[in-house]
Amino acid sequence: MAEPRFQPGEQVRVINALPLGHVRTPFYIRGKTGTIERYCGSFPNPEELAQMRDGLPAQPLYRVKFRQQEVWPDYDGSPNDVLEVEIYQHWLEKA
Amino acid sequence: MNDPGPYRPLTYFQLMEISLRELLVEKGVVTEGEVAEEVEAMRKRGYERGARVVARAWVDPQYKERLLANGTKACEELGLEIPALKLLVVENTPEVHNAIVCTLCSCYPRMLLGIPPEWYKSRNYRSRMVREPRAVLAEFGLDLPAHVTIRVHDSTADMRYLVLPMRPAGTEGWEEERLAALVTRDSMIGVAVAKGPND
Amino acid sequence: MRSHHDMGGLPAGKVDRIEHDYADWERRVDAMGVVLSRKQLLTVDQRRRAIEALTPQAYDQLAYYERWVIALGQTLIQRGILTSAELAKKMLEVEKRG
Repeated sequence: MAEPRFQPGEQVRVINALPLGHVRTPFYIRGKTGTIERYCGSFPNPEELAQMRDGLPAQPLYRVKFRQQEVWPDYDGSPNDVLEVEIYQHWLEKA
Repeated sequence: MNDPGPYRPLTYFQLMEISLRELLVEKGVVTEGEVAEEVEAMRKRGYERGARVVARAWVDPQYKERLLANGTKACEELGLEIPALKLLVVENTPEVHNAIVCTLCSCYPRMLLGIPPEWYKSRNYRSRMVREPRAVLAEFGLDLPAHVTIRVHDSTADMRYLVLPMRPAGTEGWEEERLAALVTRDSMIGVAVAKGPND
Repeated sequence: MRSHHDMGGLPAGKVDRIEHDYADWERRVDAMGVVLSRKQLLTVDQRRRAIEALTPQAYDQLAYYERWVIALGQTLIQRGILTSAELAKKMLEVEKRG
């Protein structure tokens, strides 16, 4: 298992890459900065499972909380509104 | 018993389904019985199990805390068989409203809520719910005031989500079964609130 | 390039709150996926990848379980559980039977 590197409350940025294959990091969240909400556990990597490989070693998965106003420049709602997304560790870097 | 209705030729996709299944059976990969059993299990699975979990959380504050800390374990506590479900429960309060979407496909807590509704899987819901949740909720008849914070959860990976709606006023002293009847599927997705005692 | 299925945040119309009572064949598609996953013969990730590989037009125009039956078939062929030739033969046979 890859070691979890991030702690709840830590600021992280989603890597702004556009690779190929089956990826579970939505396009709209790439390059955005948020806070680790929790570590969900470590699971086989879906990117690899999709390619008929076993996805091991298991990869740490986090829920990351983003302010809606950070994600959408013209967000029309409360400044407290948030978007919480599950993101695998290898898509995150310290912000 | 299903009335097959007037004769219609098989569509390409129905043809595909029959062919895949027959080949799998011929090769001994699955049996017709296994497929039929799973169809039956899915048919029986509505959203009652989700409603049960919510009702228990409403009457038992300690259970609620356990549910919010570890959704899967708390469901197992009630004897619910939820193979492979990694459940995360998010609580609605007077200040915070939660809603669930899967922008990438249609991830949904099927073990607790059954098969997701067509609209949950639609382009329009999946596209707009992360971007303009208030407008989408208003289309569902849920107008939330500005002081209520909205948390939208995009179910992108292994977790599955259940919204714990607020317990309606005027239900003091109600027993669990009666409370469970107020819990709608849509309130557990977060596009509605639970029914009131007089609804 | 953004993948066609990755639609979060794109402009779209009002949500049509239709409920759909699924046909038996659709339930069987779903059930086959579940049974095969349980037997660890394929993963939902593989099937999702197959759906994502549909052309944008097919993705938009096909119904949910039409996409899923294609994905199921593609995945079974990729895994070598059946071959294209076997599927072709079977489909012609079933069609002839009616």
